[in-house]
Amino acid sequence: MYSAKVMEHFQNPRNVGEIEDADGVGEIGNPVCGDIMKLYIKVKDGRIIEAKFKTFGCGAAIATSSMVTELVKGKTLEEAKKISRNTVAEALDGLPPIKMHCSNLAADALQKAIEDYKNKRNAKDQK
Amino acid sequence: MRKIYLDHAATTPVRSEVLETMLPYFNEKFGNASSIHGFGRDAKVALEEAREKVAKILDASSSEIFFTGGGTESDNLAIKGTALANRKKGKHVITSKIEHHAILESCKFLEKEGLEVSYLPVDSKGLVDPEDLKKAIRGDTILVSIMYVNNEVGIIQPIEELCKIAKDRGIYFHTDAVQAMGKIAVDVQKLNVDMLAMSGHKIYGPKGVGAIYIRKGVRIIPLSHGGQHERSRRAGTENVPAIIGFAKALELVNKELESQNKHQKNLTKAFYKRLIESIPHMILHGDLNRRIPNTLNLSFKGVEGESVILSLDTKGVAVASGSACTSGTLEPSHVLSAMGIDPAIAQGAIRFSFGRDNTMQDVEYVAGILPEIVQRLRSISPLYAKKE
Ligand SMILES: Cc1ncc(COP(=O)(O)O)c(C=O)c1O
Ligand code: FES
Repeated sequence: MYSAKVMEHFQNPRNVGEIEDADGVGEIGNPVCGDIMKLYIKVKDGRIIEAKFKTFGCGAAIATSSMVTELVKGKTLEEAKKISRNTVAEALDGLPPIKMHCSNLAADALQKAIEDYKNKRNAKDQK
Repeated sequence: MRKIYLDHAATTPVRSEVLETMLPYFNEKFGNASSIHGFGRDAKVALEEAREKVAKILDASSSEIFFTGGGTESDNLAIKGTALANRKKGKHVITSKIEHHAILESCKFLEKEGLEVSYLPVDSKGLVDPEDLKKAIRGDTILVSIMYVNNEVGIIQPIEELCKIAKDRGIYFHTDAVQAMGKIAVDVQKLNVDMLAMSGHKIYGPKGVGAIYIRKGVRIIPLSHGGQHERSRRAGTENVPAIIGFAKALELVNKELESQNKHQKNLTKAFYKRLIESIPHMILHGDLNRRIPNTLNLSFKGVEGESVILSLDTKGVAVASGSACTSGTLEPSHVLSAMGIDPAIAQGAIRFSFGRDNTMQDVEYVAGILPEIVQRLRSISPLYAKKE
């Protein structure tokens, strides 16, 4: 049912964990199935230099989480914002139709983390 | 790679003895049981012998056994066939929230047709309270249907007691015994049920065949119309090889009921004990003592179910999350929800169901690799803190 790439990322997920002093954190619950993802990013000079995740979810959720952390690394925030669920799914050689919503988790968590970073920065600037 | 099958609640392999008895009926004795010539008579004799066999095991008369295309069809016939045949008597049906979809969807269909259905709750152990049944019964209740053994958690319902409540009030009682056959000695006289559904592929018989016991005198209409097969309760040329396989399979599981219960209970118990010792924060769903001997439904806190199934699958071990039929959907199990289990915990439920070919080595192997799998998934999970 899953592509070899999904299984590979499921079995050896990259960048699992938390970043203590993260610049942005995105936590998202999947309303469809109840699964949860937490994504941490570290930003320097407008680029994401590190990303880590923790996910409670199905194989696709874990694989897409892993993949999104790989995809964003080194990207500018503008570039990262363009990463959609399709980008993630394609990078994994596709997902079964019923599992497409799983990649929302990763894509949405990323957008939330970027938003969180921007909010934090704005708050700092106002101080 | 070693392959271990622990999903016998989903389906079982056809036993070689069963397959052997079936084979001649595909070609040598291929006759249509409705034909009057020798070919037909041979098939008819075998068909009636199979019916006799099933009837004897259930303590029924052979005219009360009807072969069907499986458990789903038997359930459909019981629910829709009696409800629609007795509409003049009433329009209310009672079932439980934890039934198989074959029952639940049949009931939903009846609701669309203007009938009313009450879905009884279960307690945290998965049991229907007989008092709830008493309270739900109305003047226009025509049918009660409660499953004998639940397919996801393996819990056994107090069918005799529930049935008595309905029968004392002149209401038909059906039980889905698909998961009970081969695990519990089923006697329709002792239970006093009016209808009882069975399936072949859960008892080491073929798929797509089953049967229903319908007590003499029960008013029921068929789902399929056509020839006079199965005494006009189910039109269609009988699947003779499958029926013969089903009867043989039932005969064998019944003969080995005690020895297999002992064997499978030993495996289940040893497995559970090893896991309790090696995996913290493990939750068993359903009453520990009121269950069939081969099934355990467990959640590992902080871990989602599919990820466990995939991990075990890569190591050659087959298990299920809830029932195989619901794995296509994303909602947590309706059975565990009805039991009041927290959704995040229900999301992680794994069903282990042992079978006759499993060994203590299988137990050792699976119990050996599972702690590491759970630990790995917990290390990825945001719902499981290290300190716990
Ligand atoms: C309790 C229960 N009822 C009904 C069925 C349906 O039986 P079948 O697969 O033969 O249609 C099953 C198995 O899938 C079951 O576990
Ligand atoms: S099923 Fe929940 S994220 Fe895949």
